[in-house]
Amino acid sequence: MKTTALNLIALVGLSGVALAGPLTFDFKDPKGVNNATFTLDAPLEAISGSANGVSGTVTFDPANPAATKGKIVVAASSLHVPNPVMKDHLHGAQWMDVAKHPEIVFEAKEMKNVRTDGDVTTADVVGTFTAKGVSKEITVPVRFTYLKDRLAARGGNQQGDLLVLRSNFTIKRTDFGINPGAPQDKVANEIVIGLSIAGAAPRP
Amino acid sequence: MRRFVRILAVLVAVSAVAFWAATGANRGWTKTSVPVKTLDEITGIEAITYEDRFLPGVDFLGAAGVAAGLLVGVSFLFRKQTQQQQTVRT
Repeated sequence: MKTTALNLIALVGLSGVALAGPLTFDFKDPKGVNNATFTLDAPLEAISGSANGVSGTVTFDPANPAATKGKIVVAASSLHVPNPVMKDHLHGAQWMDVAKHPEIVFEAKEMKNVRTDGDVTTADVVGTFTAKGVSKEITVPVRFTYLKDRLAARGGNQQGDLLVLRSNFTIKRTDFGINPGAPQDKVANEIVIGLSIAGAAPRP
Repeated sequence: MRRFVRILAVLVAVSAVAFWAATGANRGWTKTSVPVKTLDEITGIEAITYEDRFLPGVDFLGAAGVAAGLLVGVSFLFRKQTQQQQTVRT
């Protein structure tokens, strides 16, 4: 009787450990909400647009957010600006060359200055940013919001968790060979990037 | 004919400015789509979709100005009516 009780306690304990492990969140959002925005300053009007072709996975452990790893991919062909001529230029060889370089990637390697308050974790994420075939290590501030058991609330019958990532950071287009010849008094060298994405970790 | 082409030039310029003003007097570049933001209440993310809409900008005004200027230029190709021609017609 005593052995059975001990085994039961051990089983419950083990299942608890298994449940508390890292979760893998898929950022290919069927609702099409995920987006990355970009802005380059220019004399008449800032060049602003967005991309919604977001995918990738992030492994996040609510009990140990510092161990977060993952990769977010943005399809370069989904970059959109409201002016059709600008969009053609943006997709063209001088700017993003989307035919040759179809993906913009950020791969997280390390988390620094991790702070957790309830469901929200902020951290400086060190990782490799790749655009137009050029990879550079950068550090970006990221805010993670862990929404436990909120997947079903977005519709569908699937139970699970959500992870919302928000980040704003700046890169220099000349660092990535993005039209390095364009005069900087006509279009800024700094590209301000915003990321607002949600990933889902369904439970089987 | 000369007067007709000049009136046409003025019409082109005035209607371009009126159209530009009526669509919101966009001081940026011409756009063929405009972003529409909708809030996803669960995640708090603002989804961005684009609605097809023509929004003329300053380049549209410039093109209309050039077209009006060309029409004024073309009007000089037509001879000015003399007093004598006007008298003969009447």
